Amino acid sequence: MSDPLHELQTLALADIAASADARALEALRVELLGKKGKVTDLLKSLGAMAPDERKAFGERVNRLRDAVNQALDARGQTLAQAELTRRLASETLDVTLPGRGEGVGGLHPISRTIARISSLFNELGFETVEGPEIEDDFHNFQALNIPESHPARAMQDTFYLKNGSRLLRTHTSPVQVRTMLSRTPPIRIICPGRVYRVDYDRTHSPMFHQVEGLYVAEKVSFADLKYDIINFLSRFFEREVEALFRPSYFPFVEPGADVHIKWDDPEKGPRWLEVMGCGMVHPNVLKAVNIDPERYTGYAFGMGVERMAMLRYGVSDLRDFFQNDVRFLEQFK
Amino acid sequence: MQVSERWLREWANPPVTAAKLAHKLNLAGLECEAAPMLAEPARGVVVGRILTAERHPQADRLQVCTVDVGDGTPRQIVCGAPNARAGLCAPCALPGAKLPGGMEIKDAKLRGVDSSGMLCSAKELALSDKSEGLLELDDSAVPGTAIDRHLQLDDNLLSLELTPNRGDCLSIAGLARETAALYGLSLDRAAPAPVVIGLADTVEVSLGNPADCTAFAGRVIRGLSPVARTPDWMREKLRRSGIRVIHPLVDITNYVLIELGQPMHAYDLAKLPGAMAVRRARAGETLKLLNDDTVTLGDELLVVSADQPVGLAGVMGGAASMVGEGTTAIFFEAAAFTPAAVAGVARRHKLSSDAAYRFERGVDPALQRAALERATALALEICGGAAGPICFAGIERPAHAPIRLRHQRLLDLLGCAIAADAVEALLRRLGVAVQMVGSGEWQCTPPSWRFDLAIEQDLIEEIARLHGYENIPVAPYAAVLVSAPASEARRPAARVKDALVARGWQEAVTYSFVDPKLQARLTPDFTGIPLDNPIAETMAVMRTTLWSGLIGAWLHNHQRQHKRARFFELAACFAESDAGIVETPRLAGLAAGPALDEQWASPARAVDFYDVKADLEAVCAVFGGDASRFRFEPGSHPALHPGRCARLLRDGIALGWYGELHPVLARELDLPAAPLLFEFDWSKLSPAVIPQARPVSEFPASRRDLAVVVDEAVSAQALLDRARKAAGPSLSAIRVFDVYRGQGLRDGSKSVALGLIFQDYSRTLTLEDIDAAMAQVTASLALDLGAVLRE
Repeated sequence: MSDPLHELQTLALADIAASADARALEALRVELLGKKGKVTDLLKSLGAMAPDERKAFGERVNRLRDAVNQALDARGQTLAQAELTRRLASETLDVTLPGRGEGVGGLHPISRTIARISSLFNELGFETVEGPEIEDDFHNFQALNIPESHPARAMQDTFYLKNGSRLLRTHTSPVQVRTMLSRTPPIRIICPGRVYRVDYDRTHSPMFHQVEGLYVAEKVSFADLKYDIINFLSRFFEREVEALFRPSYFPFVEPGADVHIKWDDPEKGPRWLEVMGCGMVHPNVLKAVNIDPERYTGYAFGMGVERMAMLRYGVSDLRDFFQNDVRFLEQFK
Repeated sequence: MQVSERWLREWANPPVTAAKLAHKLNLAGLECEAAPMLAEPARGVVVGRILTAERHPQADRLQVCTVDVGDGTPRQIVCGAPNARAGLCAPCALPGAKLPGGMEIKDAKLRGVDSSGMLCSAKELALSDKSEGLLELDDSAVPGTAIDRHLQLDDNLLSLELTPNRGDCLSIAGLARETAALYGLSLDRAAPAPVVIGLADTVEVSLGNPADCTAFAGRVIRGLSPVARTPDWMREKLRRSGIRVIHPLVDITNYVLIELGQPMHAYDLAKLPGAMAVRRARAGETLKLLNDDTVTLGDELLVVSADQPVGLAGVMGGAASMVGEGTTAIFFEAAAFTPAAVAGVARRHKLSSDAAYRFERGVDPALQRAALERATALALEICGGAAGPICFAGIERPAHAPIRLRHQRLLDLLGCAIAADAVEALLRRLGVAVQMVGSGEWQCTPPSWRFDLAIEQDLIEEIARLHGYENIPVAPYAAVLVSAPASEARRPAARVKDALVARGWQEAVTYSFVDPKLQARLTPDFTGIPLDNPIAETMAVMRTTLWSGLIGAWLHNHQRQHKRARFFELAACFAESDAGIVETPRLAGLAAGPALDEQWASPARAVDFYDVKADLEAVCAVFGGDASRFRFEPGSHPALHPGRCARLLRDGIALGWYGELHPVLARELDLPAAPLLFEFDWSKLSPAVIPQARPVSEFPASRRDLAVVVDEAVSAQALLDRARKAAGPSLSAIRVFDVYRGQGLRDGSKSVALGLIFQDYSRTLTLEDIDAAMAQVTASLALDLGAVLRE
């Protein structure tokens, strides 16, 4: 004997399983469970039944309704998953195509190097100070213990302005002079900037960059200088740098030294390379800036930024820095 | 300076190799390199004496010589050298010899004549780059002696690059003193003994200002042989010092210069008109020098004879009184000109001499008499003759002021412990007289040649040098840290650079001196400061704008197929005004070429005004505060397109310019296009606003759009300003979202669409509130700007 509930359930579940999309499934839901749906009608018919019959039939209809609901939900999820899969497939992009819009530029290796040197010293309490590039004889030479006609002037061939006695600074030391004139010790500064010398060939540029440093306080010693320089060089090159301090001469320091580092040149093998000059500030310099050389001592150092950049980044030709060829510059993003 | 290692070792002979010695000198601050004099010495070459020289029967330019090579059997050698002559001693390569360069000598036949060996020139032995004929040797050379023994060719050359303070080491004697001090050797060289006086002749000598010259010594020597020859040993030493052999008397002065460090001069006595003196030149005086240059003088120091200039003191002698082939009597001069008197003179007259090089750096002021005795002895030995007494004016031994040295000061300055007795010992090695004058305190008197030692620090450096810089400890120390002011309002340049870099800009570094012609076109209103000694015409004036450098960078790349340019630079510009020289840091940029690098997802187009303007707005944003404080106003700059030129202002203060290069200028400068250029005064730009936070509104915002038709002349800024003012405080933002020209609008007008966003901090705005505000905006735009609502 056929059971109408069983038959309805079998048909309904078959229809649900066969439904092709969300709309068809929704239509089925209305057809079965809507206000006038087949299952709803069955539930409505319960009211007219005798209590005994109603209880047994009611339970069966409820089971039917639950089964249909469950089937509708399950099918709904399956269809939604299939739909999602289809949509995602249709939305697939070629992720290997390049991005749209503006690319990135880059810093010049000189300013990148200055920034690195500055930050290494800033961390040690050195303040960055800048000053004018057009200077006078006092700040560039005389206050630094380089009187007129001193042979050391020949070491720093100077650009002069046509009118008057002004010159282009040959080092950033005048910034040290200006700072010492305007402050009292302790003074702990670095002075990065452009400097100029009349020299133009494969290894000299008429304009180049220096970072100089100065520390003036009570009882500053040559040992302090050695420590700070070796510490800086090791941090800059990110390795234990073997450094050699060789006595040298700069009129503004005494004792003075050149700093050489052991450099493993890929072509020429290991050798000593000069990277800095330094020394204890000459008492005449302190006197020129009204600092008592009996009470205070200080050290000063200076390095060429191009030189440091060449060593750090393997640049072999100084002229590359000033041609601004993008193919060179873009290597220093 | 370059010297022979052998010569140095005659004076001081430490038991180390040349390389070790050079390294030691380096560590002591005397930059030094040692290299073998001959990379590839000749082998099998001996002294030969030409016994006979006959013309070759078959060749005019060849001679057939018989040569004594010391083995008792004179051999026949064919020789092409013009100076081959009987009696001459010259190097002779025997069969089997090997010359530098690989040539091997064998028995041969030259034009039918047997030749057993080869007579050699200096060049063939690699002793010279060029040579004329055979290397002539001393008559006393012993035939058969190996040439490397006769000339002592087994030698190293020491090349020294000395710092200007170490003039005392510019001689064999000076280097020997330093070497002895470094190795703790004693240097016992007696001063040259006075020669026997054989003449009574004197010349009156006198000094002018002792600040110019502290001693002037001289003497007459007569009866000199005009055919004397500088001996081989001296020739070799001079050659190894890089000095040419000229004339025996000149060679002797050069020899003493290198050996002792005293520059000397030999005058032909017959050509000196009278008493010798030192005085300053009178302006306009002229002097013809040894090198045939005639110099016109200002106030240079001169040596004069009967008041006639005969030498530029300490630099070069005069031509008129120089010794020559017929010279038989001379006046030798050894003077102590001061560095102050000689410094700069050679440079001013574009001269260079070994004498000036030494006097500028200082010459031992107590050396003159000894040098004179040494030179005289050499002259008598080589040229014969008889010497007169020394004529001397000035001070024999200027007193060196004693220097106080405090042990504690030394320890403090070096940060290194050196015991008192070690300090004394090190100073004594240098010839410094040391006397303890108190507890931990010395009085030190340097020797006459250490004129560079003047103050306590100088002595401390000497002690450090001898102790070894490498022996000064390296250890962390306690420093007094004083925090620098950390102004948040001073935006670091790095922030702006990073902002530009992130937006595709490349930083450039260009020269501060530029081409005056280009610059005059870019900033005709400013005059660049010219350099007195520029390196090139295109680098002759200080820049008034960064644009010329950036244009150069752009062109450099454009010529190399890199068409897209986005360059910026932050650097100083220079101008001269009544107030003096003004140096202003500026931030400038140049953009040209495609808007973007070629790519698949964006159509290709050229960069335009608004592309770069967005970048500039991003730069402005770095400085914080309300974006509306920055305004771009139409402006007029001589180098920029009159319709595409903006002045940037903040709070009414002009910061600089942005625009497109004037097309006429671009054409005249032959540029591939008219680039976009900006330049702002960094010092005015950089003060930033420190944010003051206000609460974020919790109430909803409402947006109303409005399109108005206005004349082209009405700027977007004017519309925004009016609308903002009319809308009142409830307007929280306003933007332009469309600009339209064309169909439906009359010529000369445009439609601008504005989006207005209203929001209040205390309540939800009602429709009435917003309608009222919009009505005011519409009315104000109509009334003030003639704006017509677009339907």
